[in-house]
Amino acid sequence: MSLTTVSPSPTAGFTAQFRDDYVKAYRTMLMSRILEDKLASLYRAGRLVGGVYLGKGQEAYSAALGCQLTKGKDILGTFIRDQAARIAWGEPLLDAFRTYFGSVLGPMRGRDGNVHRGRPKEGLPAMISHIGSMTGVVAGMLFARRLQGRLGDAVGVVTIGEGGTSTGAFHEGLNLAAVEKLPLIMAITNNQFSYSTANSRQFACENLIDRAKGYGVDGYTVDGTDLVDCLRVVSTAVRRAREGHGPQMIVASLLRLSGHGEHDDASYIPDAMKQSSVGRDCMVVAEQRLIAEGWGTAAEVESWRAECRTAIEKTMAQVTKEPAPDPFKESWRALSTPELAEGMWLE
Amino acid sequence: MSLTYLEAIREAQYEALRKNPNVFLYGQDIGGFGGAFKATKNLQNEFPGRVFDAPISEDAMVGMAIGAAIEGAHPILEMQFADFSTVGFNQVVNQAATLYWRTNTPCPITIRLPSGGTAGSGPFHSQSMEAIYAHYPGLVILTPATVEDAYWMLLDSVECQDPVIFCEHKFLYYHLKADSFGDRDLPIGKARIARPGRHATVVTYSAMLHESIRAAEELQADGYQVEVVDLRSVKPIDTDTILASVARTGRLLCVGEAFPWGGVTAEVLARVATEAFHLLDAPPQRLNSKDTPIPYHPNLWKAHRPTVASITDALRRLLRD
Repeated sequence: MSLTTVSPSPTAGFTAQFRDDYVKAYRTMLMSRILEDKLASLYRAGRLVGGVYLGKGQEAYSAALGCQLTKGKDILGTFIRDQAARIAWGEPLLDAFRTYFGSVLGPMRGRDGNVHRGRPKEGLPAMISHIGSMTGVVAGMLFARRLQGRLGDAVGVVTIGEGGTSTGAFHEGLNLAAVEKLPLIMAITNNQFSYSTANSRQFACENLIDRAKGYGVDGYTVDGTDLVDCLRVVSTAVRRAREGHGPQMIVASLLRLSGHGEHDDASYIPDAMKQSSVGRDCMVVAEQRLIAEGWGTAAEVESWRAECRTAIEKTMAQVTKEPAPDPFKESWRALSTPELAEGMWLE
Repeated sequence: MSLTYLEAIREAQYEALRKNPNVFLYGQDIGGFGGAFKATKNLQNEFPGRVFDAPISEDAMVGMAIGAAIEGAHPILEMQFADFSTVGFNQVVNQAATLYWRTNTPCPITIRLPSGGTAGSGPFHSQSMEAIYAHYPGLVILTPATVEDAYWMLLDSVECQDPVIFCEHKFLYYHLKADSFGDRDLPIGKARIARPGRHATVVTYSAMLHESIRAAEELQADGYQVEVVDLRSVKPIDTDTILASVARTGRLLCVGEAFPWGGVTAEVLARVATEAFHLLDAPPQRLNSKDTPIPYHPNLWKAHRPTVASITDALRRLLRD
């Protein structure tokens, strides 16, 4: 772990609380990886509607983020690779499967799909595809709560890739959050490629965290392949935000262990990078550490995996029996006020 | 006492802030300075902690308003000029306009766009954006043409649970006056017969209402009674009132200040042609600005937009057919 502007938590020794957090995050990672492997095979079998975008390789960072948040209080503004954060935050598996299968009973009712799902009123805004756009939205949610006197020590997390930091929306949103001193955590994942574009074609600064100073926010770097480092850094950043120190920017380094989506074979990722430390699989690193520290045994890990598979199969079995959306039952109305809706005049 | 269109905008925001604790104002220079046009003059003093200066970040401003709406607030955003709303366009059409449909979460935000041309304002402080926003599902687009409508329709916007693009015309800010704000008589989505007639119908909105009424008055000297319909709201659009007027007159001219390709006037003609072709005694006509950016010099600007003279000419041709 290296922090650019904020002192780290103590690194020597682990508390019982840390051990519990680690095990919880690790089990979240397991669920995320097993679920995403399932989604990938369903995609290849042609069972899903639309594309599949996975978070393989960033589960440690994503789980660490989600584990710091409390559903019903905090806000999670996800991007496309946050299955682990969603699980940790408390999004039910049902929402994931229903959205991927297009079930009419899901939160998006077949109107939008896959990673675009959310429940805005519950603190999980539903992302749009335009990268960086959720920054302003999460800032606005925090701003309104503060205006209404009910913010308390809640925080909002916005996740984004290194490519997303090139957008105007990212810049405008983070600057606005900094001006308003909002408790927003800008969680950047530098997974080395924006779709196929390498960092050398994406930004020119030595390290993205250098930008934190420019925005006037606290900045942290973290090894995204190491769950211990992720938990320490993320918990520090979230605590600082809760304490009123304004936006916090984290940059995690790791390698995307899949294509941009499952349609992409990622042949542009050089083997040397896969073999380097940034290419480590955080699942393997986390499991080795878990066993080395005596926080779990190989047999326990295997039983956790089995639990995940059972829950996933059970949820999928339920969702595949659910109805798909029916165009004849669709309201075809984009406004919440029925009398203001257009579009029926041609019928 | 006389009240201007601009005062109507200011007073409506005062009333919205007074009545609804969830309303707040957000925009560039709108705090202590009172806004580029003074549409928020003194409101920060009168409502401390509810009127905020924004950074020059239209994208983040709209995103922020959407997030606030999710949490139950009702933000009124001021874009300093309608033209600059293009920087926040993505948040309006992809985030605000899709939120309810995608997630069942209403998005009650009001975005004020100081719109349209004034002499000497040039290409980037004169645009009319109603057509481009109306193209997207999920938005309500209002274009008040009178002091009374500016007041009541802005209050209607704040009561609406959907995103409203409120196109207020800068040319009317100071010129247009009324003795009072009158009564709230028509709901959003209803057009008004601004001037009754029986020989031809002009469908128009915003500042072009006043040019069109003057053109109708000129033609009265020739014995023509021209009906003028003020759309008030371009989305939803009041097709029934348009068709009823065309049924009375048999002739249609639609006038708009926006660029000519597509847009509100084309939409009106399309609806009339498809729904009421049999009611027409002559081919329906439309008049817009020229298909160039909006010029700076007053000589060019006056010739770029429809005027009393060009509307009168168009009506004479229509009435001859």
